[in-house]
Amino acid sequence: MQKMSNLRIKIPLYYLILIGLLCFLGPFLLSYNYEEQNLVLGASAPSPDHLMGTDPLGRDLLARTLYGGRITLLISFSATVLAVFIGVIYGMVSGFQDGIVDRLMMRFVDMVYALPFILFVILFMVTFGQNLFLLFLCIGAVEWMTIARITRSQVRVLKYKAFIEVARCLGQKPFLILSKHLLPNLIGIILVYATLMAPSIMLLESFISFLGLGVKAPMSSWGLLIKEGSETLEIFPWLFFFPAFFFSTTLLALNFLGDALRDQTEVLKK
Amino acid sequence: MNFSSIKVLLKRILEAILVLFLIISLVFFMIRSVPGGPFDTEKEAAPEVILALEAQYGLDKSLWRQYFSFVKNLIQGDLGPSFKYAGWSVNELIFQKLPVSIELGFWALLIAICLGIPLGISSAIKSGHISDYFFISMALIGICIPSFVIGPLLQIAFSIHFGWFPLIGWDHYSQKILPSFTLGLGYAAVIARLTRTVMIEEIQKNYPRTARAKGLTEFRINMIHCFKNGLPPIIAYLAPAISGLISGSFVVETIFHVPGLGRFFVNAAINRDYTMILGTTLIYSCMIIGLNLFADGIQKIINPMQQDR
Repeated sequence: MQKMSNLRIKIPLYYLILIGLLCFLGPFLLSYNYEEQNLVLGASAPSPDHLMGTDPLGRDLLARTLYGGRITLLISFSATVLAVFIGVIYGMVSGFQDGIVDRLMMRFVDMVYALPFILFVILFMVTFGQNLFLLFLCIGAVEWMTIARITRSQVRVLKYKAFIEVARCLGQKPFLILSKHLLPNLIGIILVYATLMAPSIMLLESFISFLGLGVKAPMSSWGLLIKEGSETLEIFPWLFFFPAFFFSTTLLALNFLGDALRDQTEVLKK
Repeated sequence: MNFSSIKVLLKRILEAILVLFLIISLVFFMIRSVPGGPFDTEKEAAPEVILALEAQYGLDKSLWRQYFSFVKNLIQGDLGPSFKYAGWSVNELIFQKLPVSIELGFWALLIAICLGIPLGISSAIKSGHISDYFFISMALIGICIPSFVIGPLLQIAFSIHFGWFPLIGWDHYSQKILPSFTLGLGYAAVIARLTRTVMIEEIQKNYPRTARAKGLTEFRINMIHCFKNGLPPIIAYLAPAISGLISGSFVVETIFHVPGLGRFFVNAAINRDYTMILGTTLIYSCMIIGLNLFADGIQKIINPMQQDR
């Protein structure tokens, strides 16, 4: 059983590492650039020269997919980090405080949770230009609330434990109690939930790009490539299949990894 | 329904109206704070024409006066004229497009529930069996593959390859099947997983054993006893699911060229059609906030033990 659960973590993890390496190092090994056009060639099916074929402008799809993966992964990763950062701080403060501060902070989260965020992200991207940095800020600002709730509930359990009381009796400042004593105990569960959150962040990024509001051509991202591919589906199906395959399998691996990690921590707790 | 729950409900509704008002004000000032307007076209229009147009729509007044007149009209239920679609008011446009989006969402939700719940229950009853593993892996795959991948895949399979359904459009019922499935499948997968987890928990409790000892049929035990007790979390999931359906409909409407409100909203945002953006944002916000309220209410009725936070 133990071996099985190790495999459940290892296989998706190795796959993700492989995809990461491919996207970040792969483009250096290719002889084609993501924006290099070859109008004479046009769209061509996969061949030994262009492993995944080319798009109507003659750009190498492999290079574009790897480059797009780089952008998708980078934005998703940094947005996840941002969301975790905001969520953990908010959740820790809220959980550590009693009474009115905690109630107000959580009421705020409840209220904001019910807002139609996707509309805001779309409006934001349209009004303030399609800027990668903004996209990442937007997504991070939308997704922090789940982490905040989880952190808060954990802090509320932990803060009545003996070691926290001892620290408090010894006159430790609240900030130090939070950062030195509570945070190390939270890291495990935060990591698990960050892994579970990453797929939804990736989806949101691709969703925005798919609507044509995120990354702009000639740059690419998986969402944009899937959109371009789906427009010429009948004639050049490979333009859709390859990016969709990379995107879906990465999402799948992230989900499997998150599930396995969560089961593992639940086993450890028991 | 006693007095205190009515009070709670009223409080929530007032809060929702306040939130809606804040959203609208925020969006109003946000879209006005950036350069570019609804009359910027690729062909440069004469300045006099633009000035005349702006005067006609009241855009030449100060921002605050525009804001107050907008709010005044809004309270009377008038969202103003559309800037891009001359001669149309936003109300007319929304009433024309919204039913399409609601219909799409309704079919998708129906598919999600009708597929998800039976699959989840049958997996839970046979948990550990090979069919359970099969369904659960399928569900996880269904969750991971986004609608903008599923949609084109369904198009390839059923429109291009088999030729059973039209590729795009929204007039005939045969055109409605693929978009509804595209939107519904992901949610069916989530509902199936949730139902399975909840049902496994219920089946392991003591009361199904008592029911079995009394000689009730397996069907009655699973469907009437366990499922009823496992229902609240599933309903709690449905409210965020419906908000998800609304945002998912943007993509599905784009893929299948469905003339719904989602596509319209994105275009309005791109065209800087101020009144249209505000109108659609208001409608969507109302729907999402209203549904959340509704789901909370239903949950209280099903499970009165649940405490108010």
